[in-house]
Amino acid sequence: MRITCPLCGERDRREFYYRGAALAAPAEGDSPEVWHAHVHLRDNPAGPVEEWWYHQQGCGSWIRVRRDTASHEMLAAQLATSGEEG
Amino acid sequence: MRFSGWRVLREGLTGNRGWQGHWRDPDPKPQYDAVIIGGGGHGLATAYYLAKDHGMTNIAVLERGYIGGGNVGRNTTIVRANYYLPGNSEFYSHSLKLWEGLEQDLNYNAMMSQRGILNVFHNDAQRDSAVRRANAIINQGDDAEILSRDQLRDMVPLLNYANNRFPIQGALLQRRAGTARHDAVAWGFARGADQRGVDILQNCEVTGIRTEGGKVIGVETSRGLIRAGKVAMAAAGRSSQVAAMAGLTLPIESHVLQAFVSEGLKPIIDHVLTFAEGHLYISQSDKGGLVFGSYLDLYASYAARGNLPMVEHTMEACMAMLPAIGKARLLRSWGGIMDMTPDGSPIIDRTSIEGLYLNAGWCYGGFKATPASGQCYAHLIATDRPHEAAAGFRLNRFETGRGLMDEEATGAQHNLH
Ligand SMILES: Cc1cc2nc3c(=O)[nH]c(=O)nc-3n(C[C@H](O)[C@H](O)[C@H](O)COP(=O)(O)OP(=O)(O)OC[C@H]3O[C@@H](n4cnc5c(N)ncnc54)[C@H](O)[C@@H]3O)c2cc1C
Ligand SMILES: [Zn+2]
Repeated sequence: MRITCPLCGERDRREFYYRGAALAAPAEGDSPEVWHAHVHLRDNPAGPVEEWWYHQQGCGSWIRVRRDTASHEMLAAQLATSGEEG
Repeated sequence: MRFSGWRVLREGLTGNRGWQGHWRDPDPKPQYDAVIIGGGGHGLATAYYLAKDHGMTNIAVLERGYIGGGNVGRNTTIVRANYYLPGNSEFYSHSLKLWEGLEQDLNYNAMMSQRGILNVFHNDAQRDSAVRRANAIINQGDDAEILSRDQLRDMVPLLNYANNRFPIQGALLQRRAGTARHDAVAWGFARGADQRGVDILQNCEVTGIRTEGGKVIGVETSRGLIRAGKVAMAAAGRSSQVAAMAGLTLPIESHVLQAFVSEGLKPIIDHVLTFAEGHLYISQSDKGGLVFGSYLDLYASYAARGNLPMVEHTMEACMAMLPAIGKARLLRSWGGIMDMTPDGSPIIDRTSIEGLYLNAGWCYGGFKATPASGQCYAHLIATDRPHEAAAGFRLNRFETGRGLMDEEATGAQHNLH
């Protein structure tokens, strides 16, 4: 599997750290239910999913990747905006 | 048809013409008392114990593919009870005891082989944790021994004792652990359930779960609507999708785990071996192939095949720990989809919908759980109370934080298991 870093280009999967589903972080004052859903519950689709990958052994960017979990196809990748990776 | 030495002899002398199919192939009935979604090891064992322990025989197992095509037929066959964490520990202890009587109970040869598992450790921290684990296992009434490097060397001379990066210090041994023929476990439970009247319905995919006023009333399938007052999910890697049919979102992310088998060799590995460093587990099948695997691929996947980085990692670990097998050719590799929970431990519980039950989250280790998972789940479905061996496997532990079973001590976060 190869992942396209918007800054570095297409790279080996081993350069990246996988963080999981790309979810917007709840606000500090949000209810325990909202935080529980954010931390634990997952849609977990067999198909396209938005997720966070970190270009650990490259430029150090957090990347929002759209990837098909059934085919491993990379559909899109863009830099996370500041703080977004929650 | 019962299996016996006499029967084998008679069939041998009469051209093996008397063997029959191991279970019927009935058409679905419009209504059952209970249906189980998923004809893997856990679903079949659940049906078996529902019939055997609770006399519920008007039930069906619905399998979208064929019996043995899921993880029950894809795993590396390791069976053990060398757990440490309260909650998990007594459950796997209970499971190993069931394994020990399973073949007699099922009248089926599951090739259960208590060849012993050796967890090799490489540094002081790993040794200390192995000693602590061994003490806990012994206190619980199961067997564990700590072997020194020399004792291990006498028992398993094949290992790389000259490895300076991952020096071998010794091993935790559980002699009652070992392997079982995974397909035979599925077939044995299917046959046992069938003989008690359970309908095993293959090529029957559940496509919807019907509820009415917060109660389950049946399932829609590729073979039509099947009504049932109790519906029990046991879909392993597909748990999230099946639960979504009832509007439930689970604390589960699906990941691929790969396994490998080499060409057949003469007996060289007598035990199950695992290595804490680099993570590798290996055993030799009764056909002679070396069966092994290592980590998950560590990202969400439903591809039932892995990726080359983990292949390379696994082969490197093999060469570091067992360089003697470096010339063996690899025959096959494959992947299975695991339902990973954030704390690495399973769930057997009721859901918020009346009559709908959940058995999921077995992660990378649910084969050894098969008999106990089935028995505990059957107990829950039949009585609506948890079986004492699985009392900790609650769904709400993530929400409340109470009773989290953090098996790997990496926290209750998805990407760490
Ligand atoms: C490579 C690998 C190695 C492993 N090694 C070990 C090991 O050494 N020891 C150990 O203890 N564990 C091991 N495991 C884990 C273990 O195999 C699983 O945890 C366990 O087998 C899962 O339970 P199951 O047998 O019921 O799952 P499965 O056999 O996967 O059963 C689930 C069934 O549900 C069916 N299904 C899904 N959706 C639907 C639907 N909508 N309708 C109808 N049917 C449906 C599927 O087709 C499948 O047959 C390993 C797993 C893998 C992949
Ligand atoms: Zn980069």
